[in-house]
Amino acid sequence: MKKKQPVKIETVKHVLVPKHLKLTEEEKGEILKTYNVSSVQLPKILKNDPAIKGLKAIPGDVIKIFRKSKTAKHAPFYREVI
Amino acid sequence: MSTKTTDYPALPEQLVDELESLSKERKLTADEKKKAYALLAETYDKAKISPGEAIGIITAESFGEPGTQMTLNVFHFAGVSEMSVTAGLPRLIEIFDATKAPKTPQIEVYLEAKYKKNPNAIKKIAVSLKETKLEEVVKGFSINASKMRIEARLDHAKLKTFGIKGNMILANRIKVRGVFVNQTKTLIAIKPKVKTTLGELYHLKEKIKLAFVHGVKNITHVLPLKKGDEYIILTAGSNLKDILQVDGVDTMRTRSNDLYQTAKVYGIEAARQVIMEEAEKVIQNQGLDVDVRHIMLLADVMTAKGAVKGITRFGITGEKASVLARASFETPLKHLVTASLTGEIDPLNSVIENVMMNQPIPLGTGLPDLVVRMDKKKAKK
Repeated sequence: MKKKQPVKIETVKHVLVPKHLKLTEEEKGEILKTYNVSSVQLPKILKNDPAIKGLKAIPGDVIKIFRKSKTAKHAPFYREVI
Repeated sequence: MSTKTTDYPALPEQLVDELESLSKERKLTADEKKKAYALLAETYDKAKISPGEAIGIITAESFGEPGTQMTLNVFHFAGVSEMSVTAGLPRLIEIFDATKAPKTPQIEVYLEAKYKKNPNAIKKIAVSLKETKLEEVVKGFSINASKMRIEARLDHAKLKTFGIKGNMILANRIKVRGVFVNQTKTLIAIKPKVKTTLGELYHLKEKIKLAFVHGVKNITHVLPLKKGDEYIILTAGSNLKDILQVDGVDTMRTRSNDLYQTAKVYGIEAARQVIMEEAEKVIQNQGLDVDVRHIMLLADVMTAKGAVKGITRFGITGEKASVLARASFETPLKHLVTASLTGEIDPLNSVIENVMMNQPIPLGTGLPDLVVRMDKKKAKK
């Protein structure tokens, strides 16, 4: 076996990884208003998290995560990028 | 007439779907269905957890009680070609403490479509995954005292079973510092770069024996097995990052039970999913039943900071804002001393510190505050 270049893995497509989406500033404001929280209070996601690699997210952005839930079928979740 | 989820925004999709299918089954009229929805909405509202409920305590109790019924030990069966997996309480503790080095790390290696139904191809990939050390592919080691070098005679039959081609240069693979490695067709010669005594050479031999030559590091066992209609490979030892680089491995489904590796390779959401699935697996294997919502809460708490944090004093408990809350968990002196040295302020916002102060706790009926706008004139009276 030759030493080969590490293959880039498309983590985003993995079965364990739900869809991640970067919210626009407006959407972010809306979300914070509906839940009556500040973005500091949101759960966090690291800016170098493999699942948001392609989203070009910077600290302060809010990521919407389309989780599948056993109890509610779909459960949107929000994380602030740090 | 079909009801959409949006007609009942307060109800979760799951419930709406269930009611829909049920109403089809029972052939409900539109009027009956409307009544059913009203009833469902009411019942759902009643079943909701009220604000200020101590859900963390309920979760703790819900895990604590079944925990008393769990297996306390892992049993090993000699000679059985099955991999030992930490089960029961020890595994549950491993998951929730987010142990850095779990006792039985495991990877479920799924394979790409062209390999997954072919048992021979699976075996080939399986051996190529296993970590192979130099001593496993040679007939023996000997020390050549006149040339001051170690000689290892290659075993070509063994090399073949490990899927290493005879002409492949193992010499480059041996990464031990301070030695020259030469390979001929049947021999690998290892010579130290500096002059050494025979005794040192002997030590070096022991080191060389364990030199990594082939496979994926940390994978100590491989076990191909059938799952559903396809073959997968179960490994003991986990090295998710490297295993995904192996040809034929399906990078979309392969998963590890190691939380940190999952978080690193697939991100925090995948780690959350693994925490949930692993915890559920333990509980189910023990024949117990804990509501998923409790597991979900724990998984959410453990991943809330963007990285996996265990429920230990090094993890989320150690990050509590209140000094008194931290001190009440473990190592109280350490927390109190550092807090007083750094002049930390405790705003007494949470439960445990208020219990200590003999004050009402912000939970349940103690949560709501009354805001009164006093009339200035009346107040003076």
